[in-house]
Amino acid sequence: MSMASNDRTDPMSAPADGAAGPALPKAPTGVRGLDEITRGGLPRGRSTLVTGGTGSGKTLLGLQFLVAGARDYGEPGVLITFEESAEKVSANVASLGFEIDALQRDRQLVVHSFRVDPAERIETGEFDLEPLFLLLGDAIERIGAERVVLDTIELLFGAFQDQVTVRAELGRLFRWLEDRAVTAIVTGEQGDNVLTRHGIEEYVSDCVIVLDHRIQEGISTRRLRVVKYRGSEHETNEYPFLISASGFVVQPITSIVLDYGAPEDRISTGVERLDHMLAGGLFRGSIVLVSGTAGTGKTSLAAHLADAACARGERTLMVLFEESPDQVSRNMRSVGLDLGHWVDAGLLRMWAARPTAFGLETHLAILARLIEDFAPSVAVLDGIASHTRGSSGPEVTSMVARQVDLLKAGGITAMATTLAHEDETSTVGISSLVDTWLLLRNVESDGERNRLLVVLKSRGSAHSNQVREFVITGHGVELVEVYVGAAGVVTGSARLAQEGRDRSAAVHQAEDLMRRRRELRRGIAATEARLALLQEEIASDRAEIERIDGRQQRQEADDDAARSAMASQRWADSGVRGDGGQR
Amino acid sequence: MTSPGAADSGDGSPAVSGETWELRLYVTGRSPKSVRAIENLERACEQHLEGHYHIEVVDLLENPQLAADDQILAVPTLVRKVPPPIRKIVGDLSDTDRLLTGLQLRPRKAGTT
Repeated sequence: MSMASNDRTDPMSAPADGAAGPALPKAPTGVRGLDEITRGGLPRGRSTLVTGGTGSGKTLLGLQFLVAGARDYGEPGVLITFEESAEKVSANVASLGFEIDALQRDRQLVVHSFRVDPAERIETGEFDLEPLFLLLGDAIERIGAERVVLDTIELLFGAFQDQVTVRAELGRLFRWLEDRAVTAIVTGEQGDNVLTRHGIEEYVSDCVIVLDHRIQEGISTRRLRVVKYRGSEHETNEYPFLISASGFVVQPITSIVLDYGAPEDRISTGVERLDHMLAGGLFRGSIVLVSGTAGTGKTSLAAHLADAACARGERTLMVLFEESPDQVSRNMRSVGLDLGHWVDAGLLRMWAARPTAFGLETHLAILARLIEDFAPSVAVLDGIASHTRGSSGPEVTSMVARQVDLLKAGGITAMATTLAHEDETSTVGISSLVDTWLLLRNVESDGERNRLLVVLKSRGSAHSNQVREFVITGHGVELVEVYVGAAGVVTGSARLAQEGRDRSAAVHQAEDLMRRRRELRRGIAATEARLALLQEEIASDRAEIERIDGRQQRQEADDDAARSAMASQRWADSGVRGDGGQR
Repeated sequence: MTSPGAADSGDGSPAVSGETWELRLYVTGRSPKSVRAIENLERACEQHLEGHYHIEVVDLLENPQLAADDQILAVPTLVRKVPPPIRKIVGDLSDTDRLLTGLQLRPRKAGTT
């Protein structure tokens, strides 16, 4: 009551930045995502209309609001349902972990249900709906209820013939609720082109939330939109939501603007040569798109990233849109990757779902939950384009954009694989959303298909412009340099043949050299032999010279001796050589 | 609320044939509609069920929980408990014709006119 009456006056007068204005008191819904969209919850002390078709999740939203209030915010609540019995309500939400019965025992929650069956009622004269007021008043008094859910109040129009009275009574009820400053959710049935079949929005004008459950091309998608929120800033987009195992989850990811950080460190893709092509790996927190036609090895490449991340001890999430975890594990074993033991080690979580089994939004919401619960640092989304089987282009693009935002906001390095058709640019316009784009292509030549990998783009990083052959071996993926010849890129057997030719050419060359070497050696040997011969000749000539010299000296000595012997015999010159003659 | 009258319910001509009608009227305090409903009901019963009825007036102000237990959304609501089947008639009972039809007292009367 205290706050209820005077904040109607500040609808647009709030400062432009919204949040800075006198904050409208809000009651958190406890619905993941919805509180973000509404900047804090539903208008406190007022009624919110939640409208939608049958099965759109109105009741669940209301219940979650009550349970969260009772359990987490110390705000007991009352549910008056016109749709189901109290037992059924309790049973329906028990699977979501809402312990309605326990909350009732703890006097945190009151549930009243009314079966609305006009057939058994006859009207005569004036009446009013005072019992509803009494029950609500009683709950507010007894357990201090601050939250009220009336589900689906429009059914009252079917319960009575006197529509004027029902209308007047509902008007009175909403004023009454406002006077008591309880925060209420009133659910309505959406009609054709109108918010509610009976115009409930006329009474509940502060906040209107529309839930939508569409079946498009056989795929159910659930969306939520805050149509109106008087006096408060709020997101106006349609948001996907999910009714998951733990309740209602809204995915407000488009509210995450481009404010994520840009880390500088890089992580390995698990394929050494690919890291090299990307100038050292992927930037942490970047998004890689791997597109390729069927059987180009997209999953194998992604599995390498996962394997490498797990090997570094990083938690990795693999979302498989095309195969089951077992299938992927088995297939990857065949290329030498044991993903199973990472799963056992708790580092890898694989989650598989056929995109056609849920709507795009459901997928997104599940992804969000997985990310939140598992907190991976690396993620693989295998087969994102499979969505296109069920949905049309723009939706897929927006969906992928949201996934990318979600991953980036979590600082998660992610590799998304997608099936590209013949035209390689047909990748649903999502390439602009990703940081790195690897294209895998089949080339057919010489009666075989071979895979090529090329880095189409890599933001903020030098990268190789080379085409590499992508070879899947029994021990993983390898990148091989392709042979670029006159006839273009040569791959596979042709490459092998070319390599063979290269090899034999080399062998030939080696043999030539060997022969040449041998010849030269032989030449050297011959020359050396000749050299030895010549040296011998030199030596013998020298010896001859010495011999000649010797002989000459002896001759001279003999001649001297002969001369002196003759002279002494003849005593010819004894006067000259008197002493000598004494002997 | 088992009454001896229940045994007679199947004999095809209920109403005044010795059976006691058990009627319960849910009201909220002494609101004008409540007061009118009580008056209208008593008058009709006097006329058509003289001596064979019992009216129990339940004031929901005293025990709101009864509204949930007995599935009473609107007041005044008249519930015919006996003879079965249970019938509910909503409103201040100002339209006597509709009241009698609702209580299934009407067809017999209509047959005589």
